[in-house]
Amino acid sequence: MMDYDKIISKRCSGLKPSGIRKFFDIAATMEGVISLGVGEPDFHTPWEVRRSAITALEKGRTVYTANSGLIELRKTVCGYIKRKIGVEYDPQKELVITVGGSEAIDLGIRALVNPGDEVLITEPCFVCYAPIVELTGGVPVSIETKAEDGFKLTAEALKSRITDKTKLLILPFPNNPTGAVMTKEDLEPIAEILRGTDIIVLSDEIYSELTYEGKHFSITELEGMQERTLLVNGFSKAFAMTGWRLGYVAGPEPVIRQMLKIHQYAVMCAPTVSQYAAITAMTSCDHEVEKMVNEYNIRRRWLVNALNEIGLTCFDPKGAFYVFPSIKSTGLTSQEFCEQLLYKHNVAVVPGDAFGSCGEGYIRISYAYSLKHLMEAVERMGDFVEELKNKNGGV
Amino acid sequence: MDTLIELLKQNARLSNKELAAMTGTSEAEVEKKIKELEHSGAIKGYSAVVSDEMADKDSVTAFIEVKVTPKADCGFDDIAKTIMMYDEVESLTLMSGAFDLAVTISGTNYKEVALFVAQRLSTIDGVISTATHFVLKRYKEKGFFIEGEDADERGFISP
Repeated sequence: MMDYDKIISKRCSGLKPSGIRKFFDIAATMEGVISLGVGEPDFHTPWEVRRSAITALEKGRTVYTANSGLIELRKTVCGYIKRKIGVEYDPQKELVITVGGSEAIDLGIRALVNPGDEVLITEPCFVCYAPIVELTGGVPVSIETKAEDGFKLTAEALKSRITDKTKLLILPFPNNPTGAVMTKEDLEPIAEILRGTDIIVLSDEIYSELTYEGKHFSITELEGMQERTLLVNGFSKAFAMTGWRLGYVAGPEPVIRQMLKIHQYAVMCAPTVSQYAAITAMTSCDHEVEKMVNEYNIRRRWLVNALNEIGLTCFDPKGAFYVFPSIKSTGLTSQEFCEQLLYKHNVAVVPGDAFGSCGEGYIRISYAYSLKHLMEAVERMGDFVEELKNKNGGV
Repeated sequence: MDTLIELLKQNARLSNKELAAMTGTSEAEVEKKIKELEHSGAIKGYSAVVSDEMADKDSVTAFIEVKVTPKADCGFDDIAKTIMMYDEVESLTLMSGAFDLAVTISGTNYKEVALFVAQRLSTIDGVISTATHFVLKRYKEKGFFIEGEDADERGFISP
């Protein structure tokens, strides 16, 4: 018998399994579950984009592309970035088309982090940053954001975590799971601390298109920040293209060159058909994106209002497609709340602590669902909160 | 208030409270706006989009191209008004191109529709010819897929 426990790399076996796995497994065995737990759009990829993929297949566009991606797509992406945030990148040297935003994050961390280097991770956040840092031998350092700050990263919090070992700051806004965004005014003090240091920012802006009540602002727009920032984005959220696995990273040429080496050894290139479709997405789908954003915004307003009404206080999220209500008034932990909600009322949501320990006391609710679905789910949640209230003698 | 109209077009059964939250205004404001839209005639009415097949209702729908001779003083309006007064007529539009009026009518069977065309529509003064096309199957109406949407293929939970 082989003892696989001995064989597996220590760094890998030491990684914590994702905190949401347990819920997924329970929910999958139950009947009649309605979920508000999914982190991907409910919309289909715009039909025009799907059609161009079909055309690409018909034309036999099925071979590898250049490692960094089709030059036509790289030019399109650079043009898109310029159009959206006014920042210019060289499509030949400062951009790589990746397998989703996820690969871009992986490449960035692996290209920069030496064993012992500290990586500041703004939490609560998407689940992948810390495990990737751990695989490189780096040290993940949490920076907790708070509800009273609107879950934004503050200059004080950042300053208190910087040491001479700090290599990288992960800046994930608009934020999954809180829906928080960072405005120009919020980012300026952060940039002020970073200018003149050797700290690189990995700005994960995958939800940039899904910004409500104002336009997305990127830290790369601030003076002196483009040269110290890796700008990560992709097609999954804006164009409802999760399954196409396509993202990109733009940044300083010396870093991008190293990232490209890893990319080329690990995956060769991003999926070719997806790359052709992505050109269509960026050049002719503004209208479809606008429609999706409007629809998310309508659901967002309804949901925030409805959650506050059933007694789950809700911070007003200005981005992504999540709300992050507090469940502290129920006296339950996030895990307890989610488990009971699932077992008693068949609604699946994600406990806030799955996104970092400062998410404790909150739950993540996705509104990448139809209004009808949301209404049904919130009604059940309302019943649950009411039951808890009666049991506790008042919330 | 474009968003309000858009929302009502998608789902006229939303409550004023829900509409207020969704459009970022107050319930009173929504009520006022809807009254205004109804009074001005911008909103004509509210109806359900029904799949007759699923609702177990026998019905036959036909789309009829009508060519007419316009009248000197009132163009197509006079004939159009005569046609639209029939209850069987669901929609009536003046078209550019190869024919003039597009009429949609429904009946409980083919005979009913055929009789309407032969005895009522064709005999109207000024109607030159009709071409009747029966609807075999409806796929999409008012933005809704008649046979239902694809099931949600996403998992229950993902990060």
